[in-house]
Amino acid sequence: MSYRYDFDVIAQWIAPGEKVLDLACGDGSLLKHLMAVRQVQGYGVENNVDNVVACIDNGINVIQVDLEKGLAGFEDGFFDHVIMSLSLQAIHNTQGILAEMLRVGREAVVSFPNFGFWRHRQSILNGRMPVSESLPHQWFNTPNVRFFTIADFDALCEINGIAIRERLAFDEGKLVIEEPNFLASVAVYRLGR
Amino acid sequence: MIRPQSIGAVTPQTEHFGEALNLRSGGVLPEYDLVYETYGALNASATNAVLVCHALSGTHHVAGYYEDDPGNVGWWDNLIGPGKPLDTRKFFVIGVNNLGGCAGSTGPRSLNPATGKHWGADFPFVTVEDWVTAQARLADRLGIHRFAAIVGGSLGGMQAISWSLQYPERVANVVAIASTPRLSAQNIAFNEVARQAILSDPDFHGGHYYEHGTIPTRGLRLARMIGHITYLSDDSLAEKFGRNLRHGRPMYNFDIEFEIESYLRYQGDKFSQQFDANTYLLTTKALDYFDPAFEHGGHLPAALARSTADFLVVSFTTDWRFAPERSREIVYALLHNQRNVSYAEIDCAAGHDSFLLDDPRYHGVLRSYFDRMKV
Repeated sequence: MSYRYDFDVIAQWIAPGEKVLDLACGDGSLLKHLMAVRQVQGYGVENNVDNVVACIDNGINVIQVDLEKGLAGFEDGFFDHVIMSLSLQAIHNTQGILAEMLRVGREAVVSFPNFGFWRHRQSILNGRMPVSESLPHQWFNTPNVRFFTIADFDALCEINGIAIRERLAFDEGKLVIEEPNFLASVAVYRLGR
Repeated sequence: MIRPQSIGAVTPQTEHFGEALNLRSGGVLPEYDLVYETYGALNASATNAVLVCHALSGTHHVAGYYEDDPGNVGWWDNLIGPGKPLDTRKFFVIGVNNLGGCAGSTGPRSLNPATGKHWGADFPFVTVEDWVTAQARLADRLGIHRFAAIVGGSLGGMQAISWSLQYPERVANVVAIASTPRLSAQNIAFNEVARQAILSDPDFHGGHYYEHGTIPTRGLRLARMIGHITYLSDDSLAEKFGRNLRHGRPMYNFDIEFEIESYLRYQGDKFSQQFDANTYLLTTKALDYFDPAFEHGGHLPAALARSTADFLVVSFTTDWRFAPERSREIVYALLHNQRNVSYAEIDCAAGHDSFLLDDPRYHGVLRSYFDRMKV
């Protein structure tokens, strides 16, 4: 089981007893955390059978779905929150999945690594693709398929009429207030329609 | 952890029921026997029982082997035993031959107490629900009020689902594998072709072939052949047999030429020598009739609202008989009711029959689910 600081950020947006869907939920750590601190009725979505097994080991409801195909089968507005933690950058159909999250959930919570983080920019200026704590893979083995910054994501939400209800940005677990697109390595958003 | 091993030699038992069973079809079985096997030990509080429901051609012989017939290994032996995913050191596992069967429980081959003759075509229609009712009576006799899990693949999965609807308070977990909440028109179509093969066999004699000393082996053989095609995937057939020719070239006759023909004939012959044609007819009809959503205007979520069990649903990507879409229907209907449900879609090439194989990812999912189960 892994625990990440963004779990606490996400937990503060979740009310006790909510219905929560966690997309690309990994081993179910976040849901387990939310069940413990918010008593949520939680379901995870995974497409990797090893992670499905890990969720079952952790006592987490998990449904195997290929997120690239959307969330067909999940009912409109069924969940209070639909979460995708540090996985949006690994999905091709970015706009599709965001629309689906806001279809099946009242609100969406999305976190992602900020490619605009200054260390990443520095790396590019030095002629190499960034490798960091938030982007731990090499260019040739990364699961990430979309490379975007906080500013890019803000613009996408604008184009798609997605309301940004709250945005928190972090570096090494510390809140970044000033110049988040430059100084933050990870951003967590609370989105609505 | 111990090395997974066989439960060893097992012995079937028979339980006689003198009280009549009123069936959904309106028919009545005045009395009946159920033959069953058990593996492992029931704990003192009787909370570790797992019922394994069998599919079309399955029996109560789920695991282990017979002392006098060591080659006769249970049909789900790779799943059940000490150290196996359904571990008999933890669970008390039960397999029951269903009513209308031909492996020892009362069926068309049994004698009708009213006439002293074989039931034959007069054996009443039995449904998935009737099987579950009979299984519940057996559970009563065994002192099991609530099952840790009801497990089944294919038609067995339908029984597991039905258990959670008929006796919600008696089921903690349902494990429904390669199953469906109802047959599709295509499924029923294949069943109908199989039935017509049997019904049109001159040796069938309207189902009273026992009296005529005949067996409709030709019909049963054809029924099994067509069934078998639907259990396998296009890819698995291609991989196993391809277009391989027995003689290396066309012979321009109707003997066995392609290896797939040889395989199908072998499967058909083997099956027709051991299985009862009336059982096949009744069982395919039980498959066709199962549809818990029917009484709810076709709305499955409403039908499953009664169920309080936790569910594990598993499907296989190449299963076109009971495709993953059917399993997902079950999952989303349970989700609608906010039930605990997990779903795995196993990438396995073997089609519907994948549920009988020991794919490591598939068995990994089951092992985790059973390991975590509280008893």
